[in-house]
Amino acid sequence: MSQLLAKRLAALVATLFATSLIVFLVMAVLPGDPAQIILGIGAQEDTLAALRHELGLDRPLIEQYLLWVGGLLTGDLGESYTYSRPVSELIGQRVLVSLPLAVFAILLSTAIAIPAGVVAAAKHNKAADIGVSALAQIGIAIPNFWFAMLLILFFAVTLGWFPAGGFAGWDEGVLPALRSLLLPAVALALPQAAILTRVTRSAVLEVLGEDHVRTARAKGLTRGAALRRHAVRNALIPVVTIMGLQFSFLLAGTIVIENVFYLPGLGRLLFQAIAQRDLIVVQSLVVLLAGAVVIVNFVVDLTYLVIDPRLRKAVHG
Amino acid sequence: MKRTGLFAALVLVAAAFSLPAQAAKTDFTMGLVLEPPHLDPTAGAAAAIDEVVYANVFEGLTRIDRNGEVKPALAKSWTISDDGLTYTFTLNDGVKFHDGTDMTAEDVKFTLDRAMAEDSTNAQKALFEPIETVEAADPKTVVITLKRPTGHFLFNLGWGDAVIVASETAETNKEKPVGTGPFRFVEWVPGDHITIEKNPDYWGNPVALDKATFKIIPDPAAATAALLAEDVDAFANFPAPEALPQFEADPRFTVVSGSTEGETILSTNNGKPPFDNLKVRQAIAHAIDRQAIIDGAMFGLGTPIGSHFAPHHPAYVDLTGTYPYDPEKAKALLAEAGFPDGFEATLKLPPPSYARRGGEIIADQLGKVGIKLEIIPVEWAQWLEQAFKGKDYDLTIVSHTEPMDIGIYARPDYYFDYHNPKFNEIMDKLAAETDTQKRYDLMREAQKILADDAVNGFLFELAKPGVWNAKLEGLWENSPVQANDLTEVRWTE
Repeated sequence: MSQLLAKRLAALVATLFATSLIVFLVMAVLPGDPAQIILGIGAQEDTLAALRHELGLDRPLIEQYLLWVGGLLTGDLGESYTYSRPVSELIGQRVLVSLPLAVFAILLSTAIAIPAGVVAAAKHNKAADIGVSALAQIGIAIPNFWFAMLLILFFAVTLGWFPAGGFAGWDEGVLPALRSLLLPAVALALPQAAILTRVTRSAVLEVLGEDHVRTARAKGLTRGAALRRHAVRNALIPVVTIMGLQFSFLLAGTIVIENVFYLPGLGRLLFQAIAQRDLIVVQSLVVLLAGAVVIVNFVVDLTYLVIDPRLRKAVHG
Repeated sequence: MKRTGLFAALVLVAAAFSLPAQAAKTDFTMGLVLEPPHLDPTAGAAAAIDEVVYANVFEGLTRIDRNGEVKPALAKSWTISDDGLTYTFTLNDGVKFHDGTDMTAEDVKFTLDRAMAEDSTNAQKALFEPIETVEAADPKTVVITLKRPTGHFLFNLGWGDAVIVASETAETNKEKPVGTGPFRFVEWVPGDHITIEKNPDYWGNPVALDKATFKIIPDPAAATAALLAEDVDAFANFPAPEALPQFEADPRFTVVSGSTEGETILSTNNGKPPFDNLKVRQAIAHAIDRQAIIDGAMFGLGTPIGSHFAPHHPAYVDLTGTYPYDPEKAKALLAEAGFPDGFEATLKLPPPSYARRGGEIIADQLGKVGIKLEIIPVEWAQWLEQAFKGKDYDLTIVSHTEPMDIGIYARPDYYFDYHNPKFNEIMDKLAAETDTQKRYDLMREAQKILADDAVNGFLFELAKPGVWNAKLEGLWENSPVQANDLTEVRWTE
């Protein structure tokens, strides 16, 4: 167990280091002078030089990199070029939107997908299975931004039950905040739920075909009982793997949905920072997200151990 | 009995009708497409900064009003010496910054000295270049001495880059702006919104609104939905022109089409063959069908222009007829220039839709006369690096949104690579001329030279489609400066 932990920690550190270096180098060779982007096409050369000096962009690359990494290690992420405020503060505010949104979406998607997948597997090739599979197919095919616009048109514009977008802020209370996150969460959860339903269905079907389940049935367990006691638990491993991937994706990959609902989340911050060549925000954000992916993978691995005791033995052995 | 009953009913009805009037709205939410990078107009060129704080939070000695005219602001009056070199400003009484300190002549001196300083990051440092010295004669009097007579000096002082700031708060204005305006800053949640509220200690006419919120909504579809759901009350510059007919048909909304300072041009690399040949540039000008571009790329919004000047300006001359749309003439000119079979060139397009959509149409139009364009879509950062700074382009499309920026054609190292001593001479005369009519004559002459030289493909003036709640009044239709001046905005019921 501690071995696994140590391995994971080493992987985390190595990933973060490699990410920081790659991102820094990529941003350094990309065209686009941050000072010019900040000041626009009307700016004079001496103004640009003054701003470059203020931002430290006239220092050697290696010095800029070391300063930044040194700051990262001491928890100082530096100051955004364009926003002129601490990067940690910017990211902190955005995490408060993106993290709850991702959790909300994954909860919704799981709540729909696992029962639907299990039912479809249990009723293999019957009407329920065919119905669920068809819905899952549609869910995968529908682009989530389009679904999001339908949700806005119906629930915000026509019915007026929810805001068309924006984030109320946690200061306004938990309910208004959740209210502004509900439509985006549904829009994000639907395609995820569709994928997860199919994974769950095929995982349960596979387990149902295995020897121990057949043995259990032979010993007189009903199909339902065999499903509950033996199949579902064993089928969870691929399901949890997919959920882990989906969570990492949701944390950063929601740029489109954040735009449709104009939510101030991490995805939009990253997008905006790249467009404005706010290098220090891009670097810090990418390293942070890489860290989040590694941590999620670690949690997924731990979950395997909880689900399947045999793996626990394998780790100890 | 009956009568009192009727009376009571009348009172009730009247009360019912008067209730909504008592609860008249005093808060206001405006949608913004671009978020300002920070809130200090003296340290950044981004239009989005002025769109929030100009005239609302910060004020200058003078201001530019909704018609583009110069008006007194913090300076209630001024005198100009006969040689045009000394400006004496008298400041308004009782002006306080939002932190409670008095605004005096010393603050004006501090602001202008800071903007002119060696290490200044004021994006429009050139505005202050003609200033020799700034003196605070007494707390209410500022004397500015110029190096040479400067015709547009009072106009320049009305720019957002010249607003008056206090020495104590100048460094923190980016995050927490402290000005003298009728609104004071409340909060900014990056990526989401900026809120300002009525300044109870304002020196001038108080505003009608108690609170104003700028909500950042970059996506056109989201902007449409936000207006329809009445989450926002107004978009002064609405990003989805395709949705305008829907709003025009809806009585809840007012739709206006204002003009901006944005000359949208097919920028041409005048220093690079074959574009250094006047006949080639004239051929391009003849090959462009402006109305087709406006209809196809801008849903019909925009005013054709024939030179680099805003049509709403009093000195504007309509030069769209200089080289009318005539593909045959274009082909003939190309043949005369030595390209009977045309030539190939590149067209670099930055992200705004006027450029991307307009570029497709231009490529088609020029293709018909034999100029085959390869379209290269570029990001904004790449555009600045390659086209604007590196002059590494043949043709590109961009909107020049600075007010009164005809002077860029006289800059020795500008990306058009255009050099005409006659034009520069006019610009020098213009800079020194203070008489309005004579200034207008010079501006007309300058427009004509640019049109004749076909320096760029002059396409259209960017429109400013505004959509807002029909119960609102006082918003600006046009954009003589890139501001959302809320000082006269009120709800009518």
